[in-house]
Amino acid sequence: MMAKQMPICFIFEVGEQTLERIYVDHAATSPMDPRVIERITNTMQAAFGNPSSIHAFGREARHLVDEARDTLAKAIGAEANEIIFTSGGTEADNYAILGVAEANRKNGRHIITTQIEHHAVLHTCEQLEKKGYDITYLPVDEQGCVSVQAVADALRDDTILVTIMFGNNEVGTLQPIKEIGELLKNHSAVFHTDAVQAFGLIDIDVKALNIDLLSVSAHKINGPKGIGFLFAKKGVKLAPLIFGGEQERKRRAGTENVAAITGFEEAVKISIAEREQKANRYNHYKEIILSSLKKAEINFSPNGSLEKSLPHVLNLSFPGTDVEAMLVNLDLAGIAASSGSACTAGSIEPSHVLVAMFGHESDRIRNSIRFSFGLGNTDEQIEKVAEATAKIVKRLTNR
Amino acid sequence: MKKDPKDTRVVVGMSGGVDSSVAALLLKQQGYDVIGIFMKNWDDTDEFGVCTATEDYDDVIRVCNQIGIPYYAVNFEKQYWEKVFTYFLDEYKAGRTPNPDVMCNKEIKFKAFLEHAISLGADYLATGHYARVEERDGEVKMLRGVDENKDQTYFLNQLTQEQLEKVMFPIGDIEKSKVREIAKEANLATATKKDSTGICFIGERNFKEFLSNYLPAQPGNMETFDGEIMGKHDGLMYYTIGQRHGLGIGGAGDPWFVIGKDLERNVLYVGQNFHNDMLYSDSITAVNVSWVSNKEKPETFDCTAKFRYRQPDNKVTVHLLEDGKAKVIFHEPIRAVTPGQAVVFYNGDECLGGGTIDEVYRDGKRLTYVG
Repeated sequence: MMAKQMPICFIFEVGEQTLERIYVDHAATSPMDPRVIERITNTMQAAFGNPSSIHAFGREARHLVDEARDTLAKAIGAEANEIIFTSGGTEADNYAILGVAEANRKNGRHIITTQIEHHAVLHTCEQLEKKGYDITYLPVDEQGCVSVQAVADALRDDTILVTIMFGNNEVGTLQPIKEIGELLKNHSAVFHTDAVQAFGLIDIDVKALNIDLLSVSAHKINGPKGIGFLFAKKGVKLAPLIFGGEQERKRRAGTENVAAITGFEEAVKISIAEREQKANRYNHYKEIILSSLKKAEINFSPNGSLEKSLPHVLNLSFPGTDVEAMLVNLDLAGIAASSGSACTAGSIEPSHVLVAMFGHESDRIRNSIRFSFGLGNTDEQIEKVAEATAKIVKRLTNR
Repeated sequence: MKKDPKDTRVVVGMSGGVDSSVAALLLKQQGYDVIGIFMKNWDDTDEFGVCTATEDYDDVIRVCNQIGIPYYAVNFEKQYWEKVFTYFLDEYKAGRTPNPDVMCNKEIKFKAFLEHAISLGADYLATGHYARVEERDGEVKMLRGVDENKDQTYFLNQLTQEQLEKVMFPIGDIEKSKVREIAKEANLATATKKDSTGICFIGERNFKEFLSNYLPAQPGNMETFDGEIMGKHDGLMYYTIGQRHGLGIGGAGDPWFVIGKDLERNVLYVGQNFHNDMLYSDSITAVNVSWVSNKEKPETFDCTAKFRYRQPDNKVTVHLLEDGKAKVIFHEPIRAVTPGQAVVFYNGDECLGGGTIDEVYRDGKRLTYVG
């Protein structure tokens, strides 16, 4: 029996007042579900063995890893031996891209991706570019969506890999994965998708979608940090990145993080059981924010599709504001949101996703905020987020 | 009525150095609602994607977490380029020696950054400058930092009442050695960090190499005023009036100094002896003159002035002219007064304001060779 879900609350003393902090940055990382914490704690106490050891301690640990592998495989319609544990989404993306490139050196050097991928994909492709690979970075439309025709047009005889994300982490837009999978049925190129943001909220069946490689991370779905997996369809040639022991059938050396793997399994079980209910709830949150901002007569417009979108990601542009001032003001009001893109020296670089959608000259790249929902959020919290946002936007634009 | 410290929000401009770290610490200890903000004005990312600003911001993060205050960063690269760096290059092109720190304080730190702080609900902006603000006679005065050796009012001379009303300088009334001591006692990550030197965006790099990326260097002759060619210079912009080092003129006798420039002929004038008479001037005209006080000034008054950072005070008489200009007459001739640098006026402890040195005179005759 699963334990009853405990409320997750963040109350902090700030001076003499108490400030309720509201976390709406679940796409960055998410709090661990208490059931996950319990599971990890149990594993750490009960099964410290090395899964590769031949003795009873090892066997116990190995059993836990294999059970988790079964659960994860089932969650995406894969076989257990098609799941390779990694240190997270970034490693899974690196492995997919570098592994395919290395294994197919003799077959071709062309890779197709999009301009809106996560940096784990983009920077890995750029690295290959320096080594002489030819990378096509496909543009997206104003909704943040790549066109299937553009993929078809970009395909060449020497294309070895097509890597296109499932759902975008900044604006939430879902990519036409099924259609691209269909298209690639008749091509030798390997099809990889970064499903780090989509997994857990979108039903994914790798067979039905004709996906060859798929990256997943645990900490985005209320699991622990430091663990993820790469699904690699049987028969896909993949050169390993990390060498050492014979773990993961020599595809990824290093003693398994058994506790995290069991926590990952728990998180996946929960996400399957609660997927529909969560998706409905998060879509409702979107409506709360949108209608409340409209009611407050705030000038805003969404970035990305509101229909073909991840339920938990809402990216809004507020004309006349500045993203840095917005985020700091929100934080000082106890609300944790983000710009969706990486920070360098703490300062916010224009989001490459918004640039791809709207161009370098668009004000949107300087005035957009991402809200992303998850465990612990309530209607009441989201109403507060909308109210506080409206107040800050008014203050920043009424000067 | 002043608000209670706990209801008073102060944004501290943090550079990742010891001075601003201690400024933030002191305000926090005094009970203010303190926020640390790192300003990124310059991108010096190298070929490996590493940027010195990242290291400095890492220090800001450590210190703020030690003190227990939130921290953020803000990017003013665009504003800095437009307001400070283009001015900096234009001045060099005109054969002058600009002071980007004065411009940075005027346009970035106490303008764009101050506005940013206010947009975050701040009542005050604080920095780690060695200077003091004090309310006296119904207005805000800017006073020298008590550490005479560290006083930075020279760089703050363009600040106005409106800006100073919203400014705090928490370390202005203590000595630098005490600042280090406080940082060490609090075990701050920056307690023993080396002070930054030189112009902020150039940092530790070679100045010549840096400048040559932006301005074409035209080597030419070094000459005496008698027309004797003493050697080659690397480009006029690399030299400033009164400079001794880097001339490479050997031989016996007194050392050689930069006396002036001829932009048209691309000639650098050099002369012997630190106290070379040609280096001395007795009056200037200043432009962009700004006063801290809004109160009306007499047309002519005596005060003291600095023509360079850390120069001892010089007695002068100021005649106010139109359009923010002033004629400044020195009571004694002064060595190496250089166009483009700031002239800053003082009355005792009080910094009255300042301007930019424009034309330099001796005995009523303009010294065109200094720029």
